[in-house]
Amino acid sequence: MKKFSLAALVSGSLFGLGLAMSGMTDARRVLGFLDVFGDFDPTLLFVLGGAVATTTLMFRWVLRRGSPVLAHTFQLSSLEHIDRRLLGGAALFGIGWGIAGYCPGPALAGLGVAAVEALWFVPAMLAGMLLHRFVNRA
Amino acid sequence: MNPTWSLALAGGVLIGLSATLLLWLNGRVAGVSGILNGALFPKAGDVVWRAAFLAGLIVAAGLYMALAPGATSPRTDFSRAGLIAAGLLVGFGTRMGNGCTSGHGVCGLGRLSLRSFVAVTTFMATAIATTYVVRHVWN
Repeated sequence: MKKFSLAALVSGSLFGLGLAMSGMTDARRVLGFLDVFGDFDPTLLFVLGGAVATTTLMFRWVLRRGSPVLAHTFQLSSLEHIDRRLLGGAALFGIGWGIAGYCPGPALAGLGVAAVEALWFVPAMLAGMLLHRFVNRA
Repeated sequence: MNPTWSLALAGGVLIGLSATLLLWLNGRVAGVSGILNGALFPKAGDVVWRAAFLAGLIVAAGLYMALAPGATSPRTDFSRAGLIAAGLLVGFGTRMGNGCTSGHGVCGLGRLSLRSFVAVTTFMATAIATTYVVRHVWN
């Protein structure tokens, strides 16, 4: 396997380990975190806090390099404007996340133990992506 | 600190290190919905690393959930209609808004992107509002 793909494999494995260890894969806990006006469970604040603190510190150092180690350029989004697509898309995603408690990473992680809910949610999520592609081509 | 919180913090740091590694080595953003979308609609030469990332994520998370002492098993009793509706919204919404909790949250906030900050604020707000409606108004 090429180094580039091997790096992605290691990164993905760390990501999956982090999701499972932190409790993000437990939709009950995620909904408990989102239920700020009810039986609020603050656990996920530590997950988001730990992840964002790490990237905020480390990205600064990484991006000081002119280029990544195994590629020519950093492929970062150059979009800067805040428009209806960004707001509408984020709003729809949040509604879906608030209904069942799954965002894309934890939903995929559930496939690793053939979790029954992931087997329903993930195909629907892929269908949503296909639908978006179809609508934007029409 | 409460052990659940310590594991949550450690898991969060691992997620942050995963994103750091992918940016540092490959120059790519560890946004799960974006990586998945690129694997779903492949372009030549841009597929294998995506498949490798996703396979690593699924297998590592699965091994932890299956083997680690104290790991919680996933919920099993949510309504299928709810899962399908939520999945469609998450798939469509993350593509329309160009990112999810990892792309806009972990990575976008990490590089102080205003767009990501607005996206995170928006999806947190609608997620909290939706959970409120489902749990306290509907039921």
